[in-house]
Amino acid sequence: MSNKDAHWEKTRSHMFVTLALWFFFSIVIFMFGSELNNMSFLGYPLAYYMTAQGSLLAFVIILFWCTGKQEDIDEEFGYAEREED
Amino acid sequence: MFKGGFIQNLPKIYGLYTGGFAVFIILMAIAESAGVSAKNIGVMFVVFTVGIYAFIGYLSRTVQVDAYYVAGRQVPTVFNGMATAADWMSGASFVALAGGVYFGGYTYMAFLVGWTGGYVLVATLLAPYLRKFGCYTVPDFIGTRYGGNLVRACSVFVLFIASFTYVTAQINATGTIASRALGIPFELGVWIGLISILICSMLGGMRAVTWTQVAQYIVLIVAYLLPVFWISSKVGGGVFPHLMLGDEVARLGELEQQFGLVKNSAADIKAAGVPGGLKYISGPHSAVPEGGMAVWKYLSLAICMMVGTASLPHILMRYFTTPSVKSARRSVAWSLFFIFLLYSSAPMLATLSKLSLMDPNLATGIIGKSIADVQAIEWVQRWSEVKQVFIADFNGDGILQLNEFFMRGDVVVLATPEVAGLPFVISGLVFAGGMAAAMSTADGLVLAISNALSHDIYYKIIDPKADTAKRLIVARVLLVVIGAAGAYIASFRLTSILGSVAWAFDFAMSGLFFPLVLGVWWKRATREGAIAGILTGISSGLVYLLYVYPKFSVAIWGVAHDPWLGIDHLRFGMIGAPICLVTMVVVSLMTKEPDAATQKMVDDCRVPTGKAVLGKQH
Repeated sequence: MSNKDAHWEKTRSHMFVTLALWFFFSIVIFMFGSELNNMSFLGYPLAYYMTAQGSLLAFVIILFWCTGKQEDIDEEFGYAEREED
Repeated sequence: MFKGGFIQNLPKIYGLYTGGFAVFIILMAIAESAGVSAKNIGVMFVVFTVGIYAFIGYLSRTVQVDAYYVAGRQVPTVFNGMATAADWMSGASFVALAGGVYFGGYTYMAFLVGWTGGYVLVATLLAPYLRKFGCYTVPDFIGTRYGGNLVRACSVFVLFIASFTYVTAQINATGTIASRALGIPFELGVWIGLISILICSMLGGMRAVTWTQVAQYIVLIVAYLLPVFWISSKVGGGVFPHLMLGDEVARLGELEQQFGLVKNSAADIKAAGVPGGLKYISGPHSAVPEGGMAVWKYLSLAICMMVGTASLPHILMRYFTTPSVKSARRSVAWSLFFIFLLYSSAPMLATLSKLSLMDPNLATGIIGKSIADVQAIEWVQRWSEVKQVFIADFNGDGILQLNEFFMRGDVVVLATPEVAGLPFVISGLVFAGGMAAAMSTADGLVLAISNALSHDIYYKIIDPKADTAKRLIVARVLLVVIGAAGAYIASFRLTSILGSVAWAFDFAMSGLFFPLVLGVWWKRATREGAIAGILTGISSGLVYLLYVYPKFSVAIWGVAHDPWLGIDHLRFGMIGAPICLVTMVVVSLMTKEPDAATQKMVDDCRVPTGKAVLGKQH
């Protein structure tokens, strides 16, 4: 497998991992909204907290993590861009 | 003080700007205590901020194609994040989001998840690859990747439908805020709003829009967060409401029990003469509705908004302006962070505002008080006069019940500072913030449409030999024409007929999401597949919208139809997008594999380094 293909392979699996996390925080959690709402976090009902703030925060964290990881992958295969000009 | 170029000095420039804005707020506060009227303070806020945007727009004028279309591709990561956040958060986000949460509770908050989660799709599936491609517009990518004028024209068509639906709502919001702040008629407000929008974008295109959007973000985020924190500490919600309102949310649940969540009949509302667009609280604040259908409605709305986010051209094109692929990806994360600051505050504002009206133990509480007393309150009178607040004594007991107090959603943001007894300078600031939010989104949308028409239709299809000067003249003329058309339609106040901002997301997702994503992720996708996918996706979505939206279906079929599987007019992308995907895959597999040159193009856009697929000037 060429370097390019190996890079793309790894990029693609990273994409699937990121989207799995995204799917969990945007879809899976809210499939169980009424059950989760019986639990509480910071004094808020959990499902209410997740839709008002928690999932939003999770997306921000996922994105910064995903970006850093992708930069590592690009670095590993020698595709890192030189410093921004 | 300013060594080096403009880009190196950006933090200093915007730091000074923010400091200057803070000084202006303090001056206004002094003016208020010196006896300047509330109305004049509102006028000064709007005139001052819009004047600054116009000045930035003028300074950013350009005669270069590269600067006009993609801001010269030199917008630093974090600043592009701020500009995208302003581009994204519309007048509706600013004035209506908290009101939506106030009345809709948990169910409405699917919008919050949808309008943030979409950025994960943007960063993983699209932004870095489109940046590497080196296109000027979104149809530029589709047209080059699939090859040919027909597919380019099809994607311009979808872009036009989605963005134009959106832009009339934004110009409408600009007009509403301008008319309220300046005390002028709505129709005049719309045209003043349009002129402000055009001043920011006409001379400098994307470059001017970028730098005004950064300035607008700073104004709108200050205007949103300052009142939230202030009100919270004032009504005892704690200094950091986001982490400290658990008790207040629980208290709202108790109060809902105490007052009872009563649904008014349509006949009662009509008989009492409640003005259109006003709502009352009839659903729970934090409780999750039971049942599979409720879950499906929540999820389908979130999906439509997320996928729609990742297909809206005015957002995607912001990531064409960064210096590198890496910074495009990183700036998506920053965009989401800046958006998160406002979106996570909206539910807190709704909670605080609801509590201050509902809790009889608070001085501001009105529910459960005598109607005569409530009608004597100054803010109730002021907002009743403009038909934004209405009181109906359905049971005739002279006491205000929860279902007897009607209010327009926007009032939550616009009047809460007043209700909580904050000085008027805060209300003036909120007007300026709303104006900034509506203008920045309208700017981005008008530019997205006119750029697609001038670059993809005029330059690429009609006159490929046009020189730079001619291209930029055409781009500017189209900008004015599109803006004027939007303002003309907005001046009829058709928004209740044109429906909601959500439609723009559904249109974009029906026609553009899969052609964009498969263009990067599936080499086998062919031109014929893309054309078939775009056309079937957008047309099936449109037909379903006509079928399911009562106003249209009554006009066409004479009857209103029940939504199929709970997919109503806010969610019609759930029909369009899957049809687009299936058609695109089937037709692609039936047609000849793309040629080697196209495959190489896709390979090139997948690696961050190396030359862009499209040249610097194209």
